[in-house]
Amino acid sequence: MAADRPRALAARWMILGEWRAHPMRAVTAAVAIAVGVALGLAVHLVNASALNEFSQAVSTVNGDAELQVRGVSPAGFDEALYPTLARLPGVAATSPVVELEAGAKGADGPVTLIGLDVLRAAHVTPSLLGRPSGADAAHGPTSEAAFDDNAVLLSRAALDALQVKPGDRLDLTAAGRTVPLAVAGTLPGVAEGQQIAVMDIAAAQWRFGQIGKLQRIDLRLEQGADAGRVRAAIARVLPADAQLVSRESEARRSDALSRAYRVNLDMLALMALLTGGFLVYSAQSLAVARRRAQFALLRVLGVRRRALLGQVLAEGAVVGLAGGVAGLGLGLALASGVLALLGGDLGGGYFGGVEPELVFAPGAALVFLVLGLLTAMGGSLIPAREAARAQPAVALKNVGDSVDPRVAPRIWPSLLLLAVGAAAAFAPAVGGIPLFGYGAMALLLAGGVAAMPWIARTMLTPLQRVRVAGAAVDLAFKRLWGAPSQAAVALCGIVASTSLMVAMAVMVSSFRGSVDDWLGQVLADDLYVRAEASGGGFDPATQAALARTPGVARMVFQTSTSLRLSPDQPPLAVLIRPFDARRMPMIDSATPPAGATPVWVSEPAAWLYGWKPGQSITLPISGQAAPFFVAGVWRDYSNQHGAVSLDSADYTRLTGDAFRAGAAVELAPGAKPETVIAALRARMPPGLSVDFAEPKTLRAFALRLFDRSFAVTYGLEAIAILVGLAGVAATISAQTLARTKEFGMLRHLGVTRSQIVAMLATEGAVLGAVGVLAGIGLGLVMSQVLIHVVNPQSFHWTMETQLPWTLLASVAAALVAAAAGTALLAGRRALSADAVRAVREDW
Amino acid sequence: MGRLFAILAALLVLASPAATQTGPVLPLYPQVRPGRVLTFPADHGAHPEFRTEWWYVTGWLKTEGGQDLGFQVTFFRSRPSVDQANPSAFAAKQILFAHAALSDPKLGKLLHDQRMARAGFGLAEAAVGDANLIIDDWTMRRAADGRFLTKVGGKAFTLDLAFRPTQPPLAQGEGGYSRKGPQPSQASHYYSLPQMVVSGTVTRGGKAVRVTGSAWLDREWSSTLLDPKAVGWDWVGLNLDDGGALMAFQVRDAAGKALWAGGSLRGKDGAVTRFTPDMVRFGAERLWRSPRTGGRYPVERSLSVRLPQGERRWMLKPLFDDQELDSRTAGGPIYWEGAVTTQGGRGYLELTGYVSPMKL
Repeated sequence: MAADRPRALAARWMILGEWRAHPMRAVTAAVAIAVGVALGLAVHLVNASALNEFSQAVSTVNGDAELQVRGVSPAGFDEALYPTLARLPGVAATSPVVELEAGAKGADGPVTLIGLDVLRAAHVTPSLLGRPSGADAAHGPTSEAAFDDNAVLLSRAALDALQVKPGDRLDLTAAGRTVPLAVAGTLPGVAEGQQIAVMDIAAAQWRFGQIGKLQRIDLRLEQGADAGRVRAAIARVLPADAQLVSRESEARRSDALSRAYRVNLDMLALMALLTGGFLVYSAQSLAVARRRAQFALLRVLGVRRRALLGQVLAEGAVVGLAGGVAGLGLGLALASGVLALLGGDLGGGYFGGVEPELVFAPGAALVFLVLGLLTAMGGSLIPAREAARAQPAVALKNVGDSVDPRVAPRIWPSLLLLAVGAAAAFAPAVGGIPLFGYGAMALLLAGGVAAMPWIARTMLTPLQRVRVAGAAVDLAFKRLWGAPSQAAVALCGIVASTSLMVAMAVMVSSFRGSVDDWLGQVLADDLYVRAEASGGGFDPATQAALARTPGVARMVFQTSTSLRLSPDQPPLAVLIRPFDARRMPMIDSATPPAGATPVWVSEPAAWLYGWKPGQSITLPISGQAAPFFVAGVWRDYSNQHGAVSLDSADYTRLTGDAFRAGAAVELAPGAKPETVIAALRARMPPGLSVDFAEPKTLRAFALRLFDRSFAVTYGLEAIAILVGLAGVAATISAQTLARTKEFGMLRHLGVTRSQIVAMLATEGAVLGAVGVLAGIGLGLVMSQVLIHVVNPQSFHWTMETQLPWTLLASVAAALVAAAAGTALLAGRRALSADAVRAVREDW
Repeated sequence: MGRLFAILAALLVLASPAATQTGPVLPLYPQVRPGRVLTFPADHGAHPEFRTEWWYVTGWLKTEGGQDLGFQVTFFRSRPSVDQANPSAFAAKQILFAHAALSDPKLGKLLHDQRMARAGFGLAEAAVGDANLIIDDWTMRRAADGRFLTKVGGKAFTLDLAFRPTQPPLAQGEGGYSRKGPQPSQASHYYSLPQMVVSGTVTRGGKAVRVTGSAWLDREWSSTLLDPKAVGWDWVGLNLDDGGALMAFQVRDAAGKALWAGGSLRGKDGAVTRFTPDMVRFGAERLWRSPRTGGRYPVERSLSVRLPQGERRWMLKPLFDDQELDSRTAGGPIYWEGAVTTQGGRGYLELTGYVSPMKL
């Protein structure tokens, strides 16, 4: 023990001495870790806060009901279920509810219209009870306004959205009917931001054409009732068009809605951390390389290998801890700033309209701190092993590169990593998250970086034999060949950041290109008409009249609804239109047997529900589970949670619903869109609010949405690139500054200052070029994992690879220039010292 | 008797029709007219065309341990003025609600519970033809043997009681036409079943106790009850020890003056004396102030009736003071409904409009 104390002292002294001599190197490494931790934490906190707010909003709409029976589609289910449920043992109270999406002229977004029996709701969902305004206020929540079939109570957000105040008249449109109502009061129990309108259930059924139908029944169980048994009893009496959902399954559903997206952003944020790890690696490698003789001396003096290893690791740990703690503070500030400025939506559109409070998650903070620490220690591990392994006698004598340039670097460890990574890419998703896909990316990256010494050697060896005119270039080539480990260290940072950036860029460009192609195919008509969702749409007579409008060659009516197949999953979109293979980017198909009703399922739906062409499935389209034949799988980017397409005639036959909310118009040759729009408008039934759009507008809108949802992705990627570039700059400048003595020697040998500068620029450029080439190669491989594994597993859609050539070329040029430029600048500084002093300078 | 309009008030005001463009089909409420003959068992059942109706049982119970308890079980039916054209099964064309309260002097305050629902789906119904009422798990019906059976209650207590009539129905007013105000239209159809024998169980804290006792059933239905100047009313129904039955009420104005009064005394021999407004006088002997609502109730009263054989005076003493019931959470009023004793009899006293005026 006695001998340990001076050793520990020596270790501390050495660490502090190193940092005092090169403070910026340690600080840069710590900052890189801090940025990674901060980004990871901020993204996680923003998403968690938004999700939290989102779930709260969901539970307000549901009025805190413990359990709910919901219709699988917006059409709802037969109200006869209500007395059946109310009589079940263990059910303390039931509240039948009509729930419709409503709108009004000039309204800001849709309002959820809830038809409530206040006498029942009082025992199940009291937060949905209103406060009547005016004279009736004294009578409490179950007062008259609740039964008046002209009265509607509005939440604060709904008052704002509809631009009315209590006492005003309001024409509310839902399920295709517009009803004049009086705003009779407010809904103080409804959470902020929720646009909810409540009226009497009987009035809602009557006025909005829902006689005999309910969309949901809220339930409260008896205290002490066996919840499992009651649920089972409820499940036994449910018809096919209703399903039991609980607060937990709703939470799972809202979680499922955005989980893949959130994990994706988390992973992106971690890339910055990973790049930070490589920065720590290069900083530590340099520090170790320069102190090789120091370490050797310590070994000779009796310090064990283990102690040296521990010391270098401890250096990394201190850097990681400092960076991590700073990162936590930075991340928290960043998250609250983002929430204050942008709200909870990071661009995915999942949390639009949600204004969350920052929810601090100590667990997540700890995880990110530990990740930061592990990254920094991981970055120090290889240099630490190298320091410990060096032969003291050799190291003491040889101050140069520890690696003998004549020995070819080993390639098999990196090949092993690459192989395992490639294998991991073929593993399935875990719980809807492509864990193995992300793992494959990390392994490929590690393998690629580990292969760098070998690749550098392979790429630089031909250069070494090249006879070049200039001494500077010749010197640069020789130097790069002669100091392979230094070259490899610099290359690591370049390769890591380039490959990640290229992988992302290729994925995004492939995605965008595929979406663009897809838009071109699905938006093949000349004009699109859309009636307001709550307006019910066009009845068959109107459809016929509209189709006869002059200038219209063909008018195809379509509509959509939704279907909940599982309580844990977001609803499936149901698109109803006449089947037309030209308008559907088919991936796979099967011919339906005679008599079968065909359904075409979208790629995400096929993925989520395991449907294959040729399969028979049941869908509760018309209240009862009806059999359908899967006639094809089509590419769809618009419904992440799946869509099915039914032929218009089949849908009408099954449901009797011949109303359609939209139409695609093919214009007659020579017809002008404006003229046709005006003619169509003139034929619209009064009171129906209709939008017209041309495909180019829709396409531009869709791509704008796409870019917005990738804005945060771009931002995070840019930060990762900046961290990578900073790493490259720091590594190269540090290496250059460490070569002051070498420059002095060259000057004594007659090499001119400008020749040395040219040599350094060439070295930097060659190094950069090698790194960028390798990085692009690795990035292309990783992009295939993103395109074929991570994206399909997260979002259930596939895409065709499309390379962003311009972007790749410009980033490659920028990286080479940055490497050369940094080397040049650092070289100038190193050369500013007096040549004589430089040679004398010794440690 | 005109009891608990206030509960109805909320619902009826609610029904005040806001003019709609489509022109709602509003209910036509029949007028209460003299000369209608009460027929049974049909009049035990509901009269859904009338605006309001109730089945109102009050009484005294004695437990096996010999303890006195008061109780009230009331089912109300209301026909709000909603659009009759609404085909929805949820249309609030009939609303049912029920109150139950238990007066235990040991507790010193009321235990009470309520149910309220719009009629329909078999979950809440008031049958026509004979008494048969249901609101979820609460029921009151007349069995084949003529007994009224009721099951009501909630977390705090449940009552499972049978009431056996021992006397023929007592038609109040002129053969069941009972005036409530200066206008002939301000009236109700009204009969009582006094001196019913009670048997059953009272359950509290999971413990069921067998009880016996005597009860009073009031049945009333009407479309117009109160004069606009009325702010509240006082009512008392007493089962006299000799088999007689006394009922008296007054409708008060804002100054506390009687706008209208009435009642009846059926002697042990079955002879009925009907009270005209000038015959009845309520006096306040002692006031009790509610610590919760600040309402000041004359919980100890004198009732003077000028009978043909001379004025008689009954002193009414409460089982205990705090028998106030606050039903505002269910959209109802605050009122005092309590078990009282008198010389040679026991019954229930109702005091309304002491916290805020009852409006119709």
